[in-house]
Amino acid sequence: MSSRDSILAAVLKNQPPISALPDISMFKVPESDLRGKYIDMFNEIGGFAYAVESMDDIKSRIKAGFDTEKRVISTLPALSDIAEFCSSSVDPHSFEDVELAIIEGRLAVAENGAVWLTEEVMGQRIIPYISQHLAVIVRESDIVSTMHDAYARIASEDYGFGGFIGGPSKTADIEQALVLGAHGPLSMTVYIIK
Amino acid sequence: MKSTLDHAALAEEFNKDEERVDWHDGALWWIRQKRDRSAHRTPQWEELRETASAIKANVISNLHDYLIQFESNLKKNGVNVYWAADADEHNQIVYNILKAKNINQMVKSKSMLTEECHLNEYLAERGIDVINSDLGEYIQQIDNEPPSHIVLPCIHKRKEEIGELFHEHLGTEKGLSDPTLLTRVARKHLRNVFLTRRAALTGVNFAVAETGEYVVCTNEGNADMGAHLSEVQIASMGLEKLVPERKHLGVFLRLLARSAIGQPITIYSSHFRKPRPGQEMHLILVDKGRSALMARPDFRESLKCIKCGGCMNTCPVYRKSGGLSYHNTISGPIGAILAPNLDMKQHADLPFASTLCGSCSNVCPVKIPIHDQLYKWRQEIVKQGYSASRKTFSMKAMALTLSSPEMYKAAGKTGRWILNHAPFAINNKLNPWYKQRDMPDSPKQSFGEWYAKNGPKRVDN
Amino acid sequence: MKIGLFIPCYVNQLYPSAAIATLELLQKLGMDVSYPAKQTCCGQPMANSGYEHLTQSCNDLFVENFSGFDYIVAPSASCVLHVKDHLHGNDEAAAKEIRTRIYELVEFLTDVLKIENLDAHFPHKVGIHQSCHGLRGLHLAQMSELVAPDFSKPRKLLNMVKGLEITDLDRVDECCGFGGLFCIAEEAVSVKMGKDRVADHSKHGAEYITSPDLSCLMHMEGILQRNKSNVKIIHIAEILNSSSKSL
Repeated sequence: MSSRDSILAAVLKNQPPISALPDISMFKVPESDLRGKYIDMFNEIGGFAYAVESMDDIKSRIKAGFDTEKRVISTLPALSDIAEFCSSSVDPHSFEDVELAIIEGRLAVAENGAVWLTEEVMGQRIIPYISQHLAVIVRESDIVSTMHDAYARIASEDYGFGGFIGGPSKTADIEQALVLGAHGPLSMTVYIIK
Repeated sequence: MKSTLDHAALAEEFNKDEERVDWHDGALWWIRQKRDRSAHRTPQWEELRETASAIKANVISNLHDYLIQFESNLKKNGVNVYWAADADEHNQIVYNILKAKNINQMVKSKSMLTEECHLNEYLAERGIDVINSDLGEYIQQIDNEPPSHIVLPCIHKRKEEIGELFHEHLGTEKGLSDPTLLTRVARKHLRNVFLTRRAALTGVNFAVAETGEYVVCTNEGNADMGAHLSEVQIASMGLEKLVPERKHLGVFLRLLARSAIGQPITIYSSHFRKPRPGQEMHLILVDKGRSALMARPDFRESLKCIKCGGCMNTCPVYRKSGGLSYHNTISGPIGAILAPNLDMKQHADLPFASTLCGSCSNVCPVKIPIHDQLYKWRQEIVKQGYSASRKTFSMKAMALTLSSPEMYKAAGKTGRWILNHAPFAINNKLNPWYKQRDMPDSPKQSFGEWYAKNGPKRVDN
Repeated sequence: MKIGLFIPCYVNQLYPSAAIATLELLQKLGMDVSYPAKQTCCGQPMANSGYEHLTQSCNDLFVENFSGFDYIVAPSASCVLHVKDHLHGNDEAAAKEIRTRIYELVEFLTDVLKIENLDAHFPHKVGIHQSCHGLRGLHLAQMSELVAPDFSKPRKLLNMVKGLEITDLDRVDECCGFGGLFCIAEEAVSVKMGKDRVADHSKHGAEYITSPDLSCLMHMEGILQRNKSNVKIIHIAEILNSSSKSL
């Protein structure tokens, strides 16, 4: 018998009588001022979140806040004057020197500050992880209250890769001292646009 | 880790440096407090725990069908699926995948399962070099020590000791111990590792039967750096990591990081479903005692564990004895109930490394009755004959005395019977009670003797 | 009400004053208390060491001694919890009856007698040690790990005692490290846990540490005395019964 078959046979033999799957629809959190809650939470976990008026507003904030002399990439055509458009077909290793990546978030979660990204908006899977700094643009109407609401939105989505990202990469492995910028971005900024 | 000393002896060693014990205890208690604050800020926290526990109960009760559903979806998604009965088979599968691509270097993110399988050693013997990319695990690897905590692998180390390791292995300046500077050095060094490894292995936090995707949670971003730059991506997962549907991830992702370190969610919760173009994706389903654990009704609930480490942070014994004292990859209360299932003889001491205070069960996000299982493992270990015969002898003597009022009374008269039994003996340094504690005063008469003279008359005010 | 007084083995032999205080307090509250003379122990020392299978005759003796009472009351949370969770006998119906009728002293006063005031006087600063079995087993107070409304039965009773001031703690319900045979088998960790508990009480100015469990107190007393501390231990029954001595 293959390991597959013997493992499955043992599992079938040993599993207890069926225990019902619980309903999870009762987890509701009041949905007032999601933008304010999101911004407070994201700032608390070490990120920077701003409510912005327009793409031009974002551009001027980026020029003021980042070293745009270095390599800046984006998947958003509207930012083509400040960022290189990132190709989905090149070797992912070639993004090693990216200073700033600006991408669009699919949704943002107020209870924990995380944004949901799929590979379509990332350009390439590696981009939000390898760049030194990460900026994500999210529409205000795409802020949801909890993770339950987030999964309700993405329940049947057909992605190859997707991820929640909830701030700059961090570690506290050395004496519990918080250090931002472990292996991923040193900073993360979220722009919330109407 | 191979040690011939038991938890008590290793813990005594750890306690020789009291200042370190205080620091270790304080660091973990601080995390417990962060966990508490985070739980209190989350509406319906206790209902969330209850729900998570019920979802996991459903998974265990229907695991066979979920596994088949998961496997079929993985295949549809273009992922290669393997099944491993034990550590050897798991390690061999990984080796064969790498060998087929002529790869001799791999980067690995945190995976307690591969630690338990001793994958790194297995591959090293066959000429394949593995680097652990989680900072804590990397530090433990260069120090040739197993992780002492499943979430905080080097929580027992001082920054000066880490600085010394970096000086030796990464050529940093002697005496450098600033956590930020050390982290920057590791970032630079490991970035080069990520960029040059063709294969990356990750663990799995959750896997979804309905969609065939699996979720890997990190704060550092190391799993993603490895996976998205690799041409061969391997994931090793225990059978119990499944959840039925994608929406159930919401329950677990709300609980995991809050329970672990008091953070609202891990920075990265990555959902891997299909390989990217030109990449191979492999997933190994590992049994390694899990199906056998399902056959133990008293203990199968431990399969609900989501490896948050919360029970370690709250456990006063863990905090004051250090993770390495548990001589097992998974330490602390959860390790003490998982380990005997795999090797009861080798881990016979672990269920006794607890006061049964019960704090572990209260923080557990999936409500495993950990302290009840510790109690039950004690019974099982004794029944299977893995306790010292001297202990059995004294327990039998105690049981005999306590089941006979006459013997008990006679024993009490001759110098307080209790003082001559565990935990008490005579006042000398060989008596573990007396080493650092005074004996209770022996009163002139027992309550029973007093009552015989003064009771049962009513006491008037 | 007919009360069977259960005095655990170590309380009987080492802390008779706590047992006497329990008896007197219950009598003051109008209870008809008797002490079955043939009682020994609940069997916990064996069971917690993995030898529950050796406790059968001890259990049968317990059932024999304590059948027929309205309530069984004991000044020890740990032993009461053990009986509630693990007492089984040849006469299982009688054992089950006992499991539902046994109470630790504090919960008997607050939940059964529902007392609202006490004629007690204890003019001292007192720190409360929540024994783990009392706290997480019998739910004598809210557990710090849970997100749930706060309450404390021992605190409620101590608040009725005139002159008594309850002192704070940094860690409100941390284990003291006694743990039955743990205190011997894991001597180093046990003592360290005890030292840290005692230090928390001392730091907040407690003159006495009190608890519904003497086993914890015995362990901490050993540490206090070895370190020549002025802090003393006292079972909660002795404080609640203190009027007869102090007034």
